[in-house]
Amino acid sequence: MAGTAVSRRLIWRVATLVGARMETPTARTLVLQVPDWPGHLPGQHVDVRLTAPDGYSTQRSYSIASDWPGDGTIELTIQRLPDGEVSTYLTDIYRIGDPIELRGPVGGWFVWRTAQTSPVLLLGGGSGVVPLMAMIRARGAVRGRQPFRLIYSVRTPQDALFADELARRVRDDPGLDVRYVYTRKTPEAWPDPPRRIGVATVNTYGWPPEFEPDCFVCGPTSFVETAADILVALGHDSQKIKTERFGGTS
Amino acid sequence: MTDFMVDGNAMAGDLREIFAMDVTAATVVCAGCGWVGAVATLRLWGHPPGVVARCPHCEQVVLRIVRAPDRVFLDLRGAMRLELPLSS
Repeated sequence: MAGTAVSRRLIWRVATLVGARMETPTARTLVLQVPDWPGHLPGQHVDVRLTAPDGYSTQRSYSIASDWPGDGTIELTIQRLPDGEVSTYLTDIYRIGDPIELRGPVGGWFVWRTAQTSPVLLLGGGSGVVPLMAMIRARGAVRGRQPFRLIYSVRTPQDALFADELARRVRDDPGLDVRYVYTRKTPEAWPDPPRRIGVATVNTYGWPPEFEPDCFVCGPTSFVETAADILVALGHDSQKIKTERFGGTS
Repeated sequence: MTDFMVDGNAMAGDLREIFAMDVTAATVVCAGCGWVGAVATLRLWGHPPGVVARCPHCEQVVLRIVRAPDRVFLDLRGAMRLELPLSS
């Protein structure tokens, strides 16, 4: 795996929170210093383990939001969910300087490599945009020329993660386009009413199947199933569609 | 709604602890219905470190991982074949 250490047994490392910022009122980016981080590919994730004083332990997988320039920190962007026992800790309680157990990077399927030359179509629902953002950032870091399109479904404009950075990258990263789909509330003067992602949107703002794009779909299960079905219906090769689901049926 | 991944992608860490390579990128054949796809696309019930991965087509159990304090049990009865890429 390019940029990563040679195969060895995966171990838990103790990372330290060195920075944090709120991306929206309910999503927080954690900047973590991880000792001996071997590097990662965009799309990979980490497992985070929390252990209570009584020994109760639970773990979750979170996508890495940052690209890897060769050194430094890694970033996770965590969406707080009302009944998320790990996410609420990470968004509300976990403080600068605190340690956390982390294992990774893992996952070699839902990844994009900067050496890939095909056009890329990214379909993100809610915080499913996080691993897609790592791909956009990695492309930006190497001044990648691959045509990139992101269709990003969010409930309201206030729920959009990375909105300022995406606007900046659309301006500064040649060949990157972003289209939002608002499911509950649109910005002022938005041409469409609130609606879920549909065939027309993917057909208009995605790549045609003849371009043979690499498609990455990430979000809640219902979003992923809808979006993947649309891609197949439009004629995309299912072998070129990679999916990652989180949450239950919503 | 919960806050964890619910497909085979989320097994990458637990499988990587057992195997030298990333098994989620492997192609698996379901012993129940013959469905062929990436381990990453199996549907997950429960969450690591105790998971059941089912075929997205016929819902038969393909793979189970159960962790005890000092060992891990991997049940692959529902996987007829695993095909692992060797390049890079």
